[in-house]
Amino acid sequence: MTDPSTDATVPTAAPRLGRQCLVNAGLLALTLLAPLVAHLLGEAYYVNLATRIVLIAMAGVGLNLALGHGGMISFGHAAYFGVGGYVAGISAFHAFDGSLLLGLPGSDDMLVIWAVALAACGLLALAIGAVSLRTSGVYFIMITLAFAQMVYYFATSWPSYGGQDGLPIYLRNGLPLIDSQQPLSFFLVCFALLLAAMAITARLMGSRFGAALTMARLNETRLATAGISPYPIRLTAFVISAMITGLAGALYADLNGFVSPAMLSWHFSGELMVIVILGGVGRLFGPLAGAIVYVLMETLLGGLTEYWLFFLGLVLLGVVLFARQGVIGWLAGGTPHG
Amino acid sequence: MSATLLIEQLINGLQLGTMLFLMASGLTLVFGVMGLINLAHGSFYMVGAFVTAVTTASTGSFLLGLTAGSLAAAAAGAVVEVLVIRRLYHRSHLDQVLATFALILIFSEGTRWLFGSSPLWLSPPDWLAGSVALPGGARYPVYRLMILAVGVLISAGLYLLISHTRLGMRIRAGESDREMIGALGVDIRRLYTLVFALGAALAGLAGSLVGALQSVQVGMGEPVLILAFVVIVIGGIGSIKGALLGAILVGVVDTLGRVFLPALFGHFLPPSQAAGVGTALAAMLIYVLMAVILAFKPQGLFAAHD
Repeated sequence: MTDPSTDATVPTAAPRLGRQCLVNAGLLALTLLAPLVAHLLGEAYYVNLATRIVLIAMAGVGLNLALGHGGMISFGHAAYFGVGGYVAGISAFHAFDGSLLLGLPGSDDMLVIWAVALAACGLLALAIGAVSLRTSGVYFIMITLAFAQMVYYFATSWPSYGGQDGLPIYLRNGLPLIDSQQPLSFFLVCFALLLAAMAITARLMGSRFGAALTMARLNETRLATAGISPYPIRLTAFVISAMITGLAGALYADLNGFVSPAMLSWHFSGELMVIVILGGVGRLFGPLAGAIVYVLMETLLGGLTEYWLFFLGLVLLGVVLFARQGVIGWLAGGTPHG
Repeated sequence: MSATLLIEQLINGLQLGTMLFLMASGLTLVFGVMGLINLAHGSFYMVGAFVTAVTTASTGSFLLGLTAGSLAAAAAGAVVEVLVIRRLYHRSHLDQVLATFALILIFSEGTRWLFGSSPLWLSPPDWLAGSVALPGGARYPVYRLMILAVGVLISAGLYLLISHTRLGMRIRAGESDREMIGALGVDIRRLYTLVFALGAALAGLAGSLVGALQSVQVGMGEPVLILAFVVIVIGGIGSIKGALLGAILVGVVDTLGRVFLPALFGHFLPPSQAAGVGTALAAMLIYVLMAVILAFKPQGLFAAHD
């Protein structure tokens, strides 16, 4: 993998870097090996659980680009996750019954679906970002939330694709050469895409663009003085961030064989933020750590009590009030940004 | 017929607007005075409704229930402020969002734990159960008119409180310069707790009043909270005047849009499509309104703070 220390402005202390690399490698190995073992033991449930972790982590990687690296507190990333999901659902729906959408046939080929999901989420984020990024601070938080709710209410009141009930995907969409029905191969596809998303983030943040984005977060005036306008930099990062989250959404719908307005709800936006923060905001591997902790808590606590979100609330409150560094910070030390 | 419908829906819109104002005024006060974004405001709305439902069921008096609901919401607000919110004033907005999101989870799941997932029963008292004739002949429920009247009264009371009392003077001073009023000897911690509890009480009252129209259940505060966000973003965060104008605008536009947009599309689309398109667009209308207003005024109509 590329250099995990993604922040150019505050170099992490050298011994810490070594430890962080170790933690990151451990997380990757765990994520890859656990489902392999589960597959060998014939436990498809655990393979799918690992896929779920990987996809939620990928959605988090997307949000982390805007939230952690760009300092844009988007409370509406569920919109992109859900739109990605609906692209997969609607495309499969039309491919299944052979009807046309705006004169185009549906497709059950994941490559087509991914391309459409990326384009749809990119365009949506361009429109939302163009309005929202004119504001800042607490306005930005509320406006991104409000736009996500707009998409949510649109999905619930539009009857053609299931409305509030959601839309089933009867047969998981296919890939050339790979059997997507098979849990382990679908996991590996998702895992590879997660790695790609992380590599793109690392590559972006190591570039001039990443330096500008970091400076837009730390000191906007200084960036402008250097002759770079912060607005297009932020908007670009926001759009890329939404596209990554949207792709995760398309895969997530295929994993569950179902897409519903729940994927668009503001609860999911909040949970995604929680995952990024739990893992360690602004750290490349933070979302993966956060997703592992979150999904395991959901599975373990959710098995013990119906009211596990109550305890998640307590844990989250404790983390925000007393442990600001997140899982990676706790394991590896150091600060991602000042 | 159409004029009657218009009058009826206008009153409905105003009634939604006043309830939104009760929610939004607390949010905007808390942001204006303490610089805090509070997602858990919808939880006080829910607490108010639940306590009102339980008290009304056990004592048989709706007024007693209403009082108990508002007081319980105020108490919950004060306790939350002292235990949690107080530690967040100097934190970033991100921390505030996360901590108050955690509070939503705790409140919602805690309430589900105590009361279960099925809605509680709360209905308007008998002496408010009838309906009156509107000009044009349509009947309108007395209870809804009462809600509107209470909303207007409370709004006027809040205006008097803020513009004509010592507490209001301190709140306004806190909005313009927090450090200074602390230096002038005002106990700022107590003022913060008081403002937060006041906001919570208003949210609780709104929840109790609306709870008798709709159902009292877990999560009932969340749609209202998001509408209240739209209201204060449109009005300008921190501005009471903006919250009032925004609340009425959102209430009327949302209500009228839901009634008239499907009918409007019926003129040039086949009925089956018109209903779908109209409903879907009506659901988006206030967000479009917000986007248009922000495109011209990024700080809202009456910006009080950055």
